[in-house]
Amino acid sequence: MATIATAGNKGKSVRSDCFVSLELTTKGSIEIDLTSKVKNLFGDAITATCHEVLHFYGIEHAIVTIEDSGALDYVLAARLEYAIKQLTGTGKEFLPRMLPQNTYATARDRYRRSRLYLPGNTPKLAINAGLHHPDGLILDLEDSVAPAKKDEARILVRNTLLACDFYGTERMVRINQMPLGLDDLEMMIPHNVNLVLLPKCESADEIKALETKIEGVKTKHNCNNPVWIMPIIESALGVMKAYEIATASEHVVALAIGLEDYTADLGTQRTREGTESFFARCMLVNAARAAGIQAIDSVFSDVSNMEALRQNVLTSKSLGFDGMGCIHPRQIPIIHDAFAPNDKEIDKAQKIVNAFYKAEEQGLGVVSLGSKMIDPPVVKRAQRTIHMAIEAKKISADWRESYGK
Amino acid sequence: MANNEVKNAVGRMVPTQINGQEAIPFKGLNKHRPTGRKFGPHIPTTIDYPTDGNKVIHSLKEALQKAGLRDGMTISTHHHLRNGDLVANEIFRIAHDMGIKDLVWFPSASFPCHEPVIEYLKDGTIHHIEGSMNGPLGRFTTRGGMKGVGILRSHGGRVQAVQDGEVKIDIAVLAAPAADKFGNATGQRGPSACGVLGYAKPDYLYAENVIVVTDHLVDFPCFPMEIEGNYVDSVALIDKIGIPEKIISGTTRITKSPDRLLIADLTARFVEATGMLRDGCYMQSGAGGTSLAIGYFTHQILKKKGWKSRLGFGGSTQYMVNMLEDGTMEHILDAQAFDLEAVRSISENRNHHQYPVFNAYNFHSKGNLTSMMDIMILGATEVDVNFNGNVVTHSDGYMLHGIGGWQNCLHARNVILPVPLFRDRIPVIRDEVTTIVGPGELIDVIVTERGIAINPLRQDLLDAAKGSGLPIKTIEELKAEADRICGKVSKPKIGDKVVGAIKWVDGTVIDVVRNIEA
Repeated sequence: MATIATAGNKGKSVRSDCFVSLELTTKGSIEIDLTSKVKNLFGDAITATCHEVLHFYGIEHAIVTIEDSGALDYVLAARLEYAIKQLTGTGKEFLPRMLPQNTYATARDRYRRSRLYLPGNTPKLAINAGLHHPDGLILDLEDSVAPAKKDEARILVRNTLLACDFYGTERMVRINQMPLGLDDLEMMIPHNVNLVLLPKCESADEIKALETKIEGVKTKHNCNNPVWIMPIIESALGVMKAYEIATASEHVVALAIGLEDYTADLGTQRTREGTESFFARCMLVNAARAAGIQAIDSVFSDVSNMEALRQNVLTSKSLGFDGMGCIHPRQIPIIHDAFAPNDKEIDKAQKIVNAFYKAEEQGLGVVSLGSKMIDPPVVKRAQRTIHMAIEAKKISADWRESYGK
Repeated sequence: MANNEVKNAVGRMVPTQINGQEAIPFKGLNKHRPTGRKFGPHIPTTIDYPTDGNKVIHSLKEALQKAGLRDGMTISTHHHLRNGDLVANEIFRIAHDMGIKDLVWFPSASFPCHEPVIEYLKDGTIHHIEGSMNGPLGRFTTRGGMKGVGILRSHGGRVQAVQDGEVKIDIAVLAAPAADKFGNATGQRGPSACGVLGYAKPDYLYAENVIVVTDHLVDFPCFPMEIEGNYVDSVALIDKIGIPEKIISGTTRITKSPDRLLIADLTARFVEATGMLRDGCYMQSGAGGTSLAIGYFTHQILKKKGWKSRLGFGGSTQYMVNMLEDGTMEHILDAQAFDLEAVRSISENRNHHQYPVFNAYNFHSKGNLTSMMDIMILGATEVDVNFNGNVVTHSDGYMLHGIGGWQNCLHARNVILPVPLFRDRIPVIRDEVTTIVGPGELIDVIVTERGIAINPLRQDLLDAAKGSGLPIKTIEELKAEADRICGKVSKPKIGDKVVGAIKWVDGTVIDVVRNIEA
């Protein structure tokens, strides 16, 4: 059995991370060799965390080498845990304290205009991500994590869920494809994941298996908050099965489309105009609407071209999408702004909502605008439009006070 | 700790003697008022200078010899050639070859390119530096490598020290991108063009001996006369004074970091919400990525409102030039040009004026531009819960940056420090800053990505920010947040020996830097 294991990252561009090398010895004490830019400010703290973790696993003799690049405690603990796990095969988890502000639940129909992908094994990007206020933050275990790094990333993502402030954004995890993805859930679900993204989903059965697993882990760990599911459709077959997938569980709140894999599956290229994915996008929106859930568009990968992004979002919106993925915080305000209702939409919504309140004030059961009767779903949609307009600061929250005056 | 140390008005222990000279401890804001007459160099006569005006000497060494270079002299240089300067190192190489000892180097700033000077500090050619000790020089100084104590002054403090005689310059060696035989010189032209030469003004006016060093001799008269030949003893013509691509950054760029952009956006919204940004306002911001982003965002706000800034004080960059050219800014007053667009603008645009720090920052002046500025955006390595600021040392105790114009700019009407709450785990807001470079009374607002803290002394700003929707917090709340994220900071091990003294703008000692064992 190996006696030396390593974990983490080092190198010029590495920040907020560390590289740990652990050697289990049979005698002597615990020797810690630390190199760090912050050594004379955090050397004691780093050493203390190191001792705490080793003690937790009952390790008394070891040589630990830490090359630190400003890792926070929960990152260091994750790296140590993975090194120990490789050598001892332990299943014990060293859990950082859950931040009290990370325990919220999210509503089925909350906004999901933007969801920011964060590579699961890169701690520096997570620390400030919530400050950019995307609607959701995705800790990714799938494509952004190399196959050899999956175990290591799981531990870090789990610690991130616990110790990193999400600032009220929806807490999302993208698990690996089925069936590997089921193994990810054991470590994630107990720590208040609001939503699980399932990549390359092609059948209702996958959703059912996922739901069963999630509910099982929730029961075992006494979790009460709902865990929503967002399947990502990334293949021709998935597109054909979209409605089945959307209706496979009451926990499915949105369908997302992943166009890189989809176009590869079709045997074509992704273009800026998106003609090749027009059918798939329409199918997805239609399936989602038929199931009464949200439709979410693919990411736009040119992070430097904000104007092209804006055009892309406007197209998405016109096709009926409610949101899209993003891979850089700079994309978030553009996405929110472009998904926000335009003046014409706001104007119409204000008329409807105003008529609704008037009817209510007059004790009328029926809402009408001119000679037209307004159905309740129309009112609900208009209220949503108003809410988005207020959120995007296009109208003020007390717009009715001056409305029509 | 040495016996002759006393506690100054900000509670720091400082020596009363530095490098054999009396040092006055900081007395508090606006408490020190030197009297008497300004210092003046000896009286020259035209009898001693060539009637044909030709002062050209074909070697820097000969010019230095002619100026009477000898042990213990104070040699001044300016920093307009920035990290491309070849002149300062050359002076000390010559002095070293001549066996000269114990010189004092008095630059307006030092750069990483001056690392070779460390050798001359080690061998005693240079006794100590009075100016700034950046990067490698700072590390060397902090480790106790300098024979004397390093003195750090602001750009304005440098003028003050020259004018009241605290520093007597024996020889000013002034690099000039273009000069004529008489010594008139400009920074606008030549292979090492740098824009302006304002930092050289106290040097050529007050030094006993002035050498203009150029690699680009032009026909008399050289215009504009940023250095006036009437004050110049000799013109040393050498092959190369600078490395152009290291003098000017071709372009300065707005930060791409989303976190810094967030800080910049909050800052711009803050200055708009509180009414600091208004039609006719005076503004200044630096050339750092975050500062540029703030400049860009405020530019957009001004345009949207149809407002104009009456003047911008530079460090000018292409972004300020854009404002000047599209009419959002009426004038640029410029102490130094940071990029090629700025250099172009200053020679083309009649509303882009040279404005030396001599006029903007000087304590012994009959008023200063800085106190009139509405919006002042500055940086800091640390700020404490009393709003004291540090720009010289890092939290680990190492001296790594000069003061620049930072202390002088603190006198503006509204001083804003946009800083990240922590950098690589190191919190920026501390219980006490490692080194007090600016007193908290002068620092009004700290903008971080996690909230904005307003100095309680500024009730007007606290009121103005109410209802703005901006995340206003107390500085203690921000500090607690940083500590929660970063963990507990231990006190770094710092020695007792004073290796650097921080002068306040009036010449008093506000704090010192102590040695760290290597």
